[in-house]
Amino acid sequence: MKTVQVLGTGCAKCRTLEHNVEEAIKQNGRDARIEKVTDIMQITGFGVMATPALAIDGEVKIVGKVATVDEIAALLA
Amino acid sequence: MDRKQLVILAAIVAVFLFAYFVNFTSPDVQNAIHEGFYLLQWYVRYHTLACVVPAMFIAGAIATFFQKEAVLRHLGPKANKAEAYGVASTSGTVLAVCSCSVLPMFAGIYRVGAGLGPASAFLYAGPAINVMAIFLTARVLGFDLGIARVIGSILFAIVIGLLMAWIFRSDEEERTAATMRLPDPPAAKRKGWQTVLFFATMILFLVFSDWANPSTTRIETADGRQMNVSVLIRTGETYRVQLQEPLGDHPQGAKLTLNIDEIVAEEDVTPDSYRWVAWIYHHRWYFATALFAATLTMVWRWFDRDEIDAWMAETWSFSKSIIPLLFGGVLATGFIGALIPDELVAGWVGGNGPRANLIASVIGGMWYFATLTEVPILEALIGLGMGRGPALALLLAGPALSLPSIAVIYSVIGVKKTMAFVALTVVMSSTAGMAFGLFFS
Repeated sequence: MKTVQVLGTGCAKCRTLEHNVEEAIKQNGRDARIEKVTDIMQITGFGVMATPALAIDGEVKIVGKVATVDEIAALLA
Repeated sequence: MDRKQLVILAAIVAVFLFAYFVNFTSPDVQNAIHEGFYLLQWYVRYHTLACVVPAMFIAGAIATFFQKEAVLRHLGPKANKAEAYGVASTSGTVLAVCSCSVLPMFAGIYRVGAGLGPASAFLYAGPAINVMAIFLTARVLGFDLGIARVIGSILFAIVIGLLMAWIFRSDEEERTAATMRLPDPPAAKRKGWQTVLFFATMILFLVFSDWANPSTTRIETADGRQMNVSVLIRTGETYRVQLQEPLGDHPQGAKLTLNIDEIVAEEDVTPDSYRWVAWIYHHRWYFATALFAATLTMVWRWFDRDEIDAWMAETWSFSKSIIPLLFGGVLATGFIGALIPDELVAGWVGGNGPRANLIASVIGGMWYFATLTEVPILEALIGLGMGRGPALALLLAGPALSLPSIAVIYSVIGVKKTMAFVALTVVMSSTAGMAFGLFFS
């Protein structure tokens, strides 16, 4: 099972990203867990300088933008 | 209960207490309510369509089309120092359009990127110099304050960054082992010059659509009064004018409505050096329309459907979060401003003394200003007698710091560095305010 981590301090964009992740998981029917990382120190621990960002199993995939449902689905595949 | 529910509860309690305790039969309060709505109407009529709305689209475009990666590269751990400070102090123009992105970037630059100095510089200048803040400041508070805000922010950001780096030079920085992650460079869909031209056209549109009227008209009325005014609206029956100098009980900047039969003489006395500015003002919609058409053409030719959708979504999310705060802030400012006696404001932050500047920058440093609301709030305060120097001090310290942001900064850099940063911000902003007040008022 994959763990999708949404990194962001809780601004509107981060919530949109989280929503897109949910959609993507629902769409491709894979078993994946969403984890929200809101602590600023933890976020920088990923080496990320611009939020929102997205990591899959601890590996940063997207930085500084709201990925579309399709993009996320492609990453999950 | 989570935080969001608590915020809603607090809002309900606040409305309850307001409605419960305020004495609405008092003429003062009734007058204050009127003032609140007058201010809101003025703001909506003169600054919303020509300034705030286009600014939202520009902000959305910046967030969507601007390549963050290109900027972040210069703030990495290996960037050379001059480059890092330069970029950190100026990149807020395009990176910090949404204030919520400032603190994460600050933390990122500090722990993953170029370190404490550039991070401090970014934190100080970032939120103050985003495109919209500059525009609103220059347009509403005056061109001099707008320019002073940009220069002051950038200059003092570098000074503060260097001082922070120097003060804590012996500290082992708490850096993470993580390597910096840059956003993937997006596939270039346009050539560089196309992007530049696109942004330049939109910003020029804003410049023209919101061009200020500098012309001066001398009007003599039937009751023998003479006044120098800028004519705001001229209809068949009335003139709506703004006083350029105090007249009787009316302060400078007051707006009057004159009936046409009251006016016996009128003469254009615009200084010659301002003629071209006035000429542009009268033709501003031709320029703006041409630029608007150019923008549309570029959008049509160079952008695809998905990009436009993303741009509009971004614009909408900015508008949704900023505009209600802006309108609410303006309304509250008008209301509170009418209840606070002028002498009180002038006594605290009038003139240009060290004390006035210090108070202004401390208030700016503590108080949370929702994005852009600092501009109308300051306008009201200036109207009530705040000096222009202290106004700049507040503009410089305000966006960088607030009690909530201090709490986050503390969690990232610890108590000593936070205190040093706050102290430097207050001192530098007061100094800038005093220097500005000395030369410009």
